[in-house]
This record gives sequence, C-alpha cells and structure tokens, in this order.
Amino acid sequence: MPPIQAAPSSQAVPTALDARVRVAVDVGGTFTDVVLLHGAIKHTVKVLTTPQAPELAVLSGVEEILRLAGLDWPQVELLILGTTLATNALIERKGAKTALITTHGFRDLVEIGLEDRFAQYDVFLEKPAPLVPRHWRHSVVERVNAAGQALTALDEAQVEALARQLVADGIESVAVCFLHGYANPLHERRVRALLAQHAPGLWVSLASDVCPEIREYERLSTVSANAYVQPLVAGYLRRLQQGLQARGLHSEPFLMTSGGALTTLQSGIDEPVRLVESGPAGGAVLARQVAEQIGASRALSFDMGGTTAKICFIDDYQPQISRSFEFGRVHRHLKGSGLPIRIPVIEMVEIGAGGGSIARVNHLGVVQVGPDSAGSSPGPAAYGVGGEQATVTDAHAALGHVDPARFAVGKVQLDPELARAALERGLGAQTGLEPEAAAQAVVDIVTENMANAARVHASELGKAADESTLIAFGGAAPLHAALLARKLGIARLVVPNSAGVGSALGFLWAPVAYQTVRSLHQRLDRIDHTAVERLLGELTETADAVVLRAAPGEVLVRQRQVFMRYAGQGHEIPVALPDGPFDAAASALLHQRFEQRYAELYGRSLPHIAAEAVSWSVAVQAGEHAAPAPDHIPADQARAVPTQSRQVYDAERGAWQAVPVYERHLLKPGQWLAGPALVVEDETTTHVIAGFEVRLSQLGALILDDTQQLAQLEAAEAELVVAA
Amino acid sequence: MSAAPQRQASRQNIRQQLIWSRPLAVVEEQAQALIRTAFGTSTREAGDLSAGVFLPDGRMIAQAVTGTPGHVNSMADSVLHFLRAYPADTMRDGDVFITNDPWKGTGHLYDVVMVTPVFHQGKIVALFASTVHVVDIGGLGAGPDGLEIFHEGLFLPLLHFVRAGVLEESILAIVRANVREPEQVEGDLHALVACNAVGARRLQQLLREFALDDLQAQGDYIVERSARAMREALREWPKGTWHNQMTVDGYDTPLELQAAVTIDDDGVRVDFSGTSGTVARGINVPKAYTDAYTSFGIRCLIGSDVPNNSGSLAAIQVTAPEGSIVNALPPAAVTARSAIGQMLPDLVFGALRQARPDRVPAEGASSLWNIHLVGGRPFPGGPNEALAKARRFSITSFTTGGTGARPGQDGLSATAYPSGVRNVSLEILETQAPLLFRRKEYRADSGGAGAQRGGLGQTIAVENADGAPMVLAASWDRVRFAPRGALGGGDGAKGRARLEHAGTLLRGKGRQLIPAGEVLIVETPGGAGLGDPRERDPARLAKDLQSGVVTPEGAALYAAATEVAA
Repeated sequence: MPPIQAAPSSQAVPTALDARVRVAVDVGGTFTDVVLLHGAIKHTVKVLTTPQAPELAVLSGVEEILRLAGLDWPQVELLILGTTLATNALIERKGAKTALITTHGFRDLVEIGLEDRFAQYDVFLEKPAPLVPRHWRHSVVERVNAAGQALTALDEAQVEALARQLVADGIESVAVCFLHGYANPLHERRVRALLAQHAPGLWVSLASDVCPEIREYERLSTVSANAYVQPLVAGYLRRLQQGLQARGLHSEPFLMTSGGALTTLQSGIDEPVRLVESGPAGGAVLARQVAEQIGASRALSFDMGGTTAKICFIDDYQPQISRSFEFGRVHRHLKGSGLPIRIPVIEMVEIGAGGGSIARVNHLGVVQVGPDSAGSSPGPAAYGVGGEQATVTDAHAALGHVDPARFAVGKVQLDPELARAALERGLGAQTGLEPEAAAQAVVDIVTENMANAARVHASELGKAADESTLIAFGGAAPLHAALLARKLGIARLVVPNSAGVGSALGFLWAPVAYQTVRSLHQRLDRIDHTAVERLLGELTETADAVVLRAAPGEVLVRQRQVFMRYAGQGHEIPVALPDGPFDAAASALLHQRFEQRYAELYGRSLPHIAAEAVSWSVAVQAGEHAAPAPDHIPADQARAVPTQSRQVYDAERGAWQAVPVYERHLLKPGQWLAGPALVVEDETTTHVIAGFEVRLSQLGALILDDTQQLAQLEAAEAELVVAA
Repeated sequence: MSAAPQRQASRQNIRQQLIWSRPLAVVEEQAQALIRTAFGTSTREAGDLSAGVFLPDGRMIAQAVTGTPGHVNSMADSVLHFLRAYPADTMRDGDVFITNDPWKGTGHLYDVVMVTPVFHQGKIVALFASTVHVVDIGGLGAGPDGLEIFHEGLFLPLLHFVRAGVLEESILAIVRANVREPEQVEGDLHALVACNAVGARRLQQLLREFALDDLQAQGDYIVERSARAMREALREWPKGTWHNQMTVDGYDTPLELQAAVTIDDDGVRVDFSGTSGTVARGINVPKAYTDAYTSFGIRCLIGSDVPNNSGSLAAIQVTAPEGSIVNALPPAAVTARSAIGQMLPDLVFGALRQARPDRVPAEGASSLWNIHLVGGRPFPGGPNEALAKARRFSITSFTTGGTGARPGQDGLSATAYPSGVRNVSLEILETQAPLLFRRKEYRADSGGAGAQRGGLGQTIAVENADGAPMVLAASWDRVRFAPRGALGGGDGAKGRARLEHAGTLLRGKGRQLIPAGEVLIVETPGGAGLGDPRERDPARLAKDLQSGVVTPEGAALYAAATEVAA
C-alpha cells in the first residue's frame, strides 16, 4: 500500500483551522446552495433559486444558515458568491438590447466566425446566431494596423450620428471592437467618450478593456457577450449589495470568477463576462484543495451530476487554465457549436453523461447513452413521474447500487421496478439482454464515454491520465469513479467529504486573483524591449489595482507569462517570463525557455526558425498561497463494520450477490474495507468495485486504491529491474 | 436458439461495442497529436490531415473526423498500396513508411502519408496511417499552373522513412534540399511519425486491457456492423439510377462533369462516364481523391452518422473512365485537384435529389475561394525588380462562399462545404505577411432566391501594406457558371475577382499580378436557392430585408412573398 505523501510542507506553513465565519453561496439554475464554515463547524442549506431576482434567494439562504448556526450578519467575515446569471442570460438569450460598433467594412466578422462546420457530416446543422443581430451591428471609418499605428483617423461625426441612432433604436448596451484595437485602444476609447457625451444612458464595453488580445472573431464575440449581460448583472449585483448592507454585512462580499479566483462586486459589474461558469470552477478549486491535502501532485477532477460530467486536470495543485471558453453549444456538447469567449477559465472537458442521460439502441444497433438527458422532469423512469426512457440512474437502481429510499437526500423516492421495466421495454427488447445485463451495459458504456473523453482531453493537453489521482464529487460521480479509474489505469481515487456541495465549498478555498492578457506581436530577434517593458508595466498596474481593491494591504504575488510560437505557426504555448526588468538578457532567457518548453511538449525544438511572442500576461494573487493542513491515512486499524447488506447484480458472474453497505458517517479514520461494497451518505453512494480497498483519511475523505492496478505496477517494476 | 446462449451472445456483443468506441478515441488522439505538432497552417487551422487505424489485411477500422473529406477513403486505399509493396509479414517493429504519390496517397504532392505497423506479442496486429499537408513541396508552388506532375515538386514513391527504428537520413536530406521551408517540412514529417506512435501505444494498451491477442474479431465486428448500418440507411432511399451533369469553369475552357448514380441492394454506385478529359493544368483529379469527395457527399445524405471504415465505405463504389479529369493518370498535373474534386458532392446531389427531393440541398459555392498571395518572388513577365525588393511571403487566407439552401432550411453563409476548413484570423494574417484587409463582409443578394434562400457569399478587399506588387495564385470556380437553384429556386451569385482601381476582372484560375498600389477585391459565390421564392415565409423575407442580406431590389425575386409581407 503506498502511503499518502505529506503535502510539500516546505513551500508554505499549513493554515491552522480557520476561526472566521465564512459563507459561500452558489446560485445554480434550480437550487441556491449555501455553505457556512466556522472553525470545525459546517452547515449547508439548499433553497430554491429565484430567477427573476436572484438576490432574494441569496439573502434568504444566508439568513437561514445564519439562524442554523446561531449567528448574525455582522459576524460574517467572508461572503463569497457564485452565479449562473451571466451564463443563463447568454444561453437563454435574455440579455440587453445590444449594439456592436466595429471597423468599417467588417461588421459581419462576428457572424462569419471561422467559416467552418462543427459537424463534418451534418449538412443540416445550424450555427449559433451571434448575440448582436446584423441590423444593430454598425461600422465606422477608422483603421489601426498590427503595429498599433492609426492608418485612418476615427470619423467622429459618424460616431455622433450613430449615438443618436442607438438611442432611437432603444439600445441599452454597446460593444466596441476595432481591428487591432488591442495594439492601440485610442479609437475605442474615443468612441466611449463620444457616446458618454451624446448618449449618456448607454452601457459601453470596449474590447481593448475586456479582451485586448489578437484574433478579431474571439474578441468581437467576447466583448459582445460582456455588453449583452452587463446591464442585467450590474442590476443584480447592485441590488444585492444594497440588500447585504441593509442587513448589516460589514465585510466586502466577493464573487467567484470562471478562472477560479475571487474578485469584487465592482469588477463583476465591469467585466461580467468573467463570471460565467463560476460554479464548475468552484468544483475544480475544491478538487485542487483535496489534491494538495493528500499530496496528489497530479490529479484529475471528476464532477458528475444530472446532465453532464466535467473533467479537469490539476497538476502541481494548479487546475489547467485556458484562455477561452465556448458557451451555449447547440449540438451535443460539440466543440465549435457554441460562441467563444476569451477569458481566463478553468479548462474542463464537458461530456453529456449524467444520472439523467438516456440510454437507447441507435441506428448502428449499438447501445448509446446520452448526450440527451431526461433532466429532472420527467426524469429517470424510476422517479415514477412519467419518465419512459431508461437512464443511467435507472441502470443503477436496477443493479441495486443505490438505496431507493435515500436517493438525493431522500427527496426523490426511486422505484427499481419502474427502472427495470424501462430497461426491459427499451434496451432489453432491442438487444435481447435481460434487464440487469442491459443496466450493466448502460453503466459500462457511459463510463467508457467519460474515459474516452478524458483520454482525448489528456492528449490535447499533452498529459497522461493514468498517472493521476482521481477526485470524484457531484451526485453521480462516486457511483462511476472506481470503474472510470480502472478504465483509465488510475490506481487511486478520492471521494472528498461533502462531495454534494462541492462547488460552494470550493469557493472558500479560492484566492483573490486577477489575470490580464494583452497581445503585442514581437519577434524575439528584433524585439522592442521598451515597448514590452511599458506593456508589462500597464498590465501589472491593472491587475494590481483589481486585486488590491479586493484585498487592500495584502502582499501581491505576480506571475508573468508570454504566449509564444515559432514564426509561421498559429498556436501559442505559454512560457514563464523571468522576473526583473525586460532587457536583452531576459529576452534571451525567454527564448531559451520557449525552446525547452516546446521540446517538452512536442519532442523537439526547431532552432533554425525564429521565435515570436504574441501575447503577454500578468497574473496577480493576494497573499502567498497557504498550503492546507495535510491529510493522512492513519495506519490500518480495524476492518469497518457494515450496517447492512444489499443485493447487487454482479455482471461478471451474471448473478445477484449480497454486498455489504457502509454508512459513511459511521466510518472512522484508519478503518478499511474492501470491494465489492457500497458506501452510502446523504448526497451520493460510492460504488466500490471488486479489487478496490477503501480507507477513511484523517479529514474524512474516502481513499480507494485499486489493488489490481497496484499489483500490475509492481509486476511491471519488477520486470524493469530484471531487464536492467 | 435457446435463451442462455442468446444472452451469452448479447453480452459478447456489448463487450464488442465497448471495444468499438476505443479505436475511435485512439484515432482522435492520434489526430490531436498531429494537430499540435504539425507546421502548416492548413493542418493546424484547417484540419487538413487525417489519421486512421487498419487491420493487417488493409481494412480500415476507424478514421478520425478531421477537416478534410479529401482523405476519406483515399487514405484507406493508400494503406493497401503499402501492403502490396511491403507485405505485412515482411514489416518489422520500428518500421515507418512514407509516400506523397498523388495516385497512391491523397491526390497531390503536398499530402505526405506515413504508415506505421504495430506489433503485439511479436505479431503485427494493426497499421496506423496519417496524412498531413506540408507547407511546401518545391516545384511551382500552390495553384493550378503546372502542366505535368514534374512541375509540381518532389515526388516520393512508397519508401521506408524509418527502418526498424533507424531513420533513413538520405530521404530526409533529399526532402530538405527540394522544399522552400525545410525546417517546417521536416517538422511535419516528424509529427507524422510521432502521431502514429501515439496511436500505436494506445492500441497496445487496449489489447492488454481487454486481454486480446489481436484485433481480428473486433475488426470484423466493426466492419460488419457498419456495413449493416449503411444497408439500413439505404432502405430509406428508392432503388434506381439517376443522372446529372454540371458544367464547371475549367482552367481555360469549361468542362463537363457527368454522373450516373445507382442505388440497389448492394449499395450506391457512381459512374462518371461522359466527364471531360484531363487537361494540361493542375486541376486534374486522381481517382483516389474522386473517391474521397464522392463518398463524402453521399455519406452526408445516407448514413451520415455511421463511422468511416471499410464496412461503411464499401457500400459506395465509384467508377470513372481512365484519362477523364476525375481519373487523371500520371503524368497529369494535380496540385489544385480540389477545384474540381469539391464539386463532386454537388454533382452527385443533383442525381440523388431526383430520388429524394426532400433530403438534398441545392448547389453551393462548393469549391473553396482561398486567397493565396505571394510576395517577393519573381513572376513571368512581371515587374521583377520591384518584386525582388518586396517583402517575401506566401500566405493562404482560407475563404468560402455560401452553401446551397437545404430542405426546410436556408443555406449557410460564408461556410466551407464540402471542405471542412476554418479560416485564419485577419489580424493574424496581417502579422504574418505585409497585407492590409479593407473589407470582409456578407455579399447582399448573393444567396439564390427560394422558399429556402442560399447562403451568402462574401466580399473581401485586400492590398499589400507596403504598396508593393504581389502575385495572386487563384484556383476558383463558379466564375462562369453559377451554383444552380433547384425545385424552382434561383441561382446563387457567381464569384468574381477584380482590381479596384483599374477595374480589371481577374481570371478564376492561375497566377496573376496584383500591381503596386492596387486593391484586390474578391466576391465569393452565393449558394443556390431551393423551392419557389414566392413561397418563402414572409417573416423570413422581412428579416432578411431588415438585416440587409436581401436588398429591396433583390426582394423583387420574391414578388408574392413581398406582397404578403407588405
């Protein structure tokens, strides 16, 4: 049994138990989750989201949890909010009446997009419509080149006339994006000044503020999205702020961003587009925290709920960060079927695989699970509220994996007979399988889908899944995690405590941070050091200001990165920029690091080709990262005692067998058990398949080790020794 | 059959299904590895690559879904050519084979194919193949100006690139000496070797995980299931033979394309008899490429979600007379074979529409309208002193027209079909070459009128940022013959290109000078309409008028609908 490595304690002093009253709220589509931590005390509350005025559910949820904890508003020292408001407004197209102003001759670029088709063989596909329709897309005479030189001056009279037009059209919010505006923002800023003068009621988003990066389509799309959601999000945040103040909250509330960092309400109002997908980001932050606690320097976070599963790589306790995201994919989660936004975001692959995913036999005569979902209404057949088609949840119910009475905190009573009947009617009739075998096929196939997505994602990132520790949370993940781990060749799997409110819990571990990126195209062999130094200065100033607003007086930790490529390539890789002034020595070192990084990623460097820098980034974080208190597994004590046993279908033998069931809250650190077994708790069930051994860590995480996998690893090592 | 063995068979079936999804994921990984490491813009941005896994008998069991239909089927055949030259039992672990033979690979010298055998328990169990469009292959360069294959660059027959783990340095030296960008091309060749190795590693893992000795049974299952799914899909189509013809621009003179499409119990047969002969310019199409685009077009309509493999591809048989432009033989020039190849789906659609009018789109721009510009290189009869002084560059802006209207749906504006390319950002192009774009927007009224409107073409204006002369290498079609409307729909607008100041119209094909200080204006074709325009939903017409993609003059074609709208 490999011992859990202690978290690297040399890097930082572990924090003692946080005595502050900390509250996190995740406003989801259906439920608003609230978590309160106070020393060792934890409370959780779920209230219904109030879509028309989300602040109401936030305020009542926090009020309820404070009552539970016997505390009052002034005692709350940290309040963190995540919201799907921006995401929902984008997906449901419920944003403001938005106009776009761009360079003359280019008003269709935001709709022309990449000119491709996201599904090669589908001649009937429809592309997502841009947020701003053509008749509200305007262009004005001006032109800046790639070097930032103004070739054609801005036609101010045209802008003034346009201002009147926008007012006449009833426009609420305006996005401004000129070609190469990232290299010279003066024309965009002048438009803002003119609009302020001639149409003072308008919200104005400038691409050079929101997304000063090269590639016009992504920038146009990002600034359009920002303008589109700004009035709505700003209204919500302002009402929320008033409500919080009225109730006596003294501390400054924070918002969770898509990049897994915290920011102020004001920053949220300025750049609402950075608030999308904050819930899933919270989940990844929780997984990061767990990885660090148990010393898993390579981890794979696995979040599976009712409709989708999300997978994220976390290396050296850093979730994979991407600079782009796609919202509102119209077609089966297919890449390219949504609209892009370019913001710092925790990179995840999303698969249409959840408890509600529907199983059927497709035209190939092959069992297919998902990507469509029965959702919560009608829901899986076992809910007994009209669902006809068998889902993943039905498969688990039919196989005996879940306790019908305890599913979803007992809020839904599952009927395994309805599940069985649905499987028999659908898959069973079409494949000739008995319902149990059909159910097992559904579980195997949906897990295989997730494993395949993880493998391809790993390959896109140049990583290997099998070296990771799997961290599973969300209602459906612990049911699939052991099987998924085995398929991926992963030897260890962790199911953290309170896996069901993972996102909100994760908010409490997120740092205050801000990343800013701007494009400045430079060939390294003829680089303009002064221009780069000036750019880095501006980026640092911007990022520092945002972070200090949220964390006044804190020590700032900065990380600088350059996005580089060989001249002629179209894909950049991030390279860490040396500290200190940007001079000849620094650019020489940068070149060296680029070649080294390129060789690491792609096997070889190309020393005869010029290297170039495309974009520059400064990420600022408040305070040194404080490593969490390390978790550990106490030496094996006794074998845990099951509370009952349940009949579970064993697919290998094709027979039912009695499997021990353990209550998670009765397990003690150091106790162990072996699969096949089920570990049940309020929000989920962990399915321990044969070959896995389970231990409870000191902090209450379930640690599952695959003894088969470990035996294979040992055998492989022994072989290597012999060979050597 | 009694219940127990039947259930046993069903379980075995589920196991096979589980294994099936794996080769598909493996080839996706293989393709991803290639995209990340390859050099050419067309690979990276346009997905001009392919990756697949084959049984030792040459049957393809999975192919990655990438941006180019031009490799469907053609790469599958290329593995058979390798197996003929190097039988499976003579291949050794660590061998990698290479070719860019247009007739045994994927249709022109730019496409390099590599094949790597995979061994398990000392036995060959599979072959991985991949193809990439390299940035340069010597010769005249991009465009259809070559008269014979010998003008078009370096030709590598079927060769060992790596022999039992040892790189054939001499081949690499020959390649480097013959291309304009030796570093990038060498990078691409190494990328092909590496991506096949990624696939091989994953496949070996799969065999271990499922304790398989080889892929034979699995391969049979995949091929059989896919063939069966194609037969199922074909049941939705009537049996019979339908004919269609299309006139395309050609290089100097128009060409006739003829197709007879037959659907019977065995599948779909396409016969291109009657099609014009080969010409002395690089627009000829090797048969492998004809097969690829023909199969692709049919598969978009019939069995579109059956994965590509020998089983699904076998349902489509393509014949074409030798020496016709769709079955060109060596030494025909073939560099711009896509100009005609990309028309083949429309040609076949015209026949299939007679069988199922409710399933088939109208004609589109179809052939890509890529703007390929070259600076700083000499040009016959050009201002060579000025050209020699100008900044040197060679760049492609992937550009599209509109697609044809579809039953119940309008065509897609400025969208690649049948090709699957993606464009390159104008801002990126302006950092890579001294170009200044002046305009890129929809071309109003270019979509053919119809109950369903054709997709719009676009208008692009571009000039040399230094005011220097430069050379355009065009291989555009639909300049003389418009995309034709169907079921009463109107034609899409023809494409055209001109010089803004001189007003000169440019030819659709061949190298032409863009003089110093001129602006090149390109108007790409629109897709054709489907159905009588007077039957267009007035609300949709009103929306088109509001957005300006149809002008009030253009709306005259929709007379009846306009009256209702008014």
